[in-house]
Amino acid sequence: MSVLGERLAGLLGRGALEQAPDVAQAVLRSDRFRLEREGDWKRLERIVAEIERGRLRKVSDEDLLALPALYRMAASSLSIARETSLDEDLAVWLESLTRRAWFVVYGPRAGLWRWLRGFLGGGWGAAVRGLGPDILIALAVMVAGTLVGWLLVASDPNWYYALAPSGDERVPGASRAVLERTLFGNADEPALSVFAAMLFSNNAQVSILAFALGFAFGVPTLLLLLHNTAMLGALLWLYHGQGLTFELVGWLSVHGTTELFAILLAGAAGLHVGRAMAFPGEVAVLDAAAVAGRRAALVMTGVVLMLIVAALLEAFARQLLDATAPRLIVGGFMLVFWIGYLFVWRRGR
Amino acid sequence: MSARIASDADRRRRWLVTPEGVALPFVLASRGARAAALLIDLFLIGAAMVVTSLALLWLAQGVGLNLSDKGPAGHALQGLAVLWFLAMFLFRNAWFLAFELGPRGSTPGKRLAGIRVAARDGGRLTTEAVIARNLLRDVELFMPLVFLGGAMASGGDTDLAAWAGLGWFALFVCMPFINKDGLRCGDMIAGTWVVEAQTRKLRRPLALRPAAQAAPVATYRFGAEELAVYGEYELQALERVLHEDRAETLAEVAATICGKIGWSVGAEDHRPFLEAYYIQLRAHLEHGMRFGRRKADKFA
Repeated sequence: MSVLGERLAGLLGRGALEQAPDVAQAVLRSDRFRLEREGDWKRLERIVAEIERGRLRKVSDEDLLALPALYRMAASSLSIARETSLDEDLAVWLESLTRRAWFVVYGPRAGLWRWLRGFLGGGWGAAVRGLGPDILIALAVMVAGTLVGWLLVASDPNWYYALAPSGDERVPGASRAVLERTLFGNADEPALSVFAAMLFSNNAQVSILAFALGFAFGVPTLLLLLHNTAMLGALLWLYHGQGLTFELVGWLSVHGTTELFAILLAGAAGLHVGRAMAFPGEVAVLDAAAVAGRRAALVMTGVVLMLIVAALLEAFARQLLDATAPRLIVGGFMLVFWIGYLFVWRRGR
Repeated sequence: MSARIASDADRRRRWLVTPEGVALPFVLASRGARAAALLIDLFLIGAAMVVTSLALLWLAQGVGLNLSDKGPAGHALQGLAVLWFLAMFLFRNAWFLAFELGPRGSTPGKRLAGIRVAARDGGRLTTEAVIARNLLRDVELFMPLVFLGGAMASGGDTDLAAWAGLGWFALFVCMPFINKDGLRCGDMIAGTWVVEAQTRKLRRPLALRPAAQAAPVATYRFGAEELAVYGEYELQALERVLHEDRAETLAEVAATICGKIGWSVGAEDHRPFLEAYYIQLRAHLEHGMRFGRRKADKFA
């Protein structure tokens, strides 16, 4: 045993940093293995520790470039150590080092902007198209909801109070003048931007809810879609009674094409997750849910962006454009834009 | 010895295979640690909201404005209000996102609790996964609070629908308690889980031969049959005893080993004796490993 050390006196380890013990002192073969590589492991540990402390800037470019290679070396060292060494302390430490490095190497990509570029430049559209039939289901539910709302109120106007928000002058029996006033002539209203911000955070919260409720096999999402569009149907019926359908559609379409589209996508995303969990097919339920959930999360990020646009349109464009024709033009343009951007435009084709 | 009782950490241990094909053990974060992390984060979010609101209010008062003002002062106030709405929305929805996507990969609460998010399949933790797991937080956390608040406000005559809603959300809240990996709904649809992020220090190897200590350790020589009585499990127990370096334990272990192999050593020689036995036992067992012979413990 004692001869081994002397025999190896010439074989010095590489990168003997941090006063690492001399390889010549090693009695055991597995310790030699360890001492020869310890410098690299310690370097990896230093880099990882800096990143864990949030001091990414203090890590030199050279170290950052070396990180993946060092990580792979640590991982392979761990495999070797498990087969050849009985040094438990080393094996456990290497496991923890590899794990920490794995968190860094396979963590989320730091560049949020780069991700956003990829998202806007095709990733969003691809995710939306990936929803497939769920969009059609959600669309059908929304159309059905509008019809149901209309028919309910038409059969018994008392339904209106159950469907529409209370405390408004838009009630059955309101005169044409009152209804018209809600559509036109608000251009000089103050605090438009505040209104927009409020609308946005409210709508965004509703759509996040619509998505999140998809978790329970999509049923609550459907109910939420139904309820919201039934309200729309009731409103349409009310204005139709006074011959203002066209004006109301114009009023709604400015932001409505964007907003309803966003709600449609949020509902479809929720349904997508719900459907994946209810009918996972060949894969395990949790795996199916994970794949669907990640795709739906992309769609939802887009939905929040769409709602920002919708809120801006609702607060500014609708109040500033005080006639039906320009409102319809803006609304129609937005609809064409979203369909073109999400469904027609594809990168690299 | 062969039937060891599984500790709590053992029960929470999961093995992941990294893309390089190395199996790594992970310890799932305990529900207590996750709850603590969440409470810290909620507290910080609340504090941030209050501070932002107060700062904006102070600014608004400093300028001395009211909403009916139509001039530039009114616009300034509107700007502040917009800022407030956006800040509240971001605090509520983007806090977890921004921190979990950052280079450190966990929120301040998680960092304090020593836990972090990882992909369940051992691959990369993607941006989409982090977004997905945090979108669901809304139903799991904020909605039940809103419901509870509503139920409290309406007093005793809470109707059936509110109770049904509460029960419904209770299912979401209780999700981490009814699956073995402690996944909440967000983890399920994102394909993630929360694991402990322990770090540990590497201790000096025991089997080194610094010149000063070499002589006493080298005087002990054990024969093959004296080394054959123990296996890897005992070797690692001995390693821990030597690292701890407590006199009573050393004496006890030395006495046990001496009894087993028929030796006797003086009181001051316990450590050199055990070190020598450790080194030679390890050399013996590792030699066997290289030839594909492993001895798990003394019964093997």
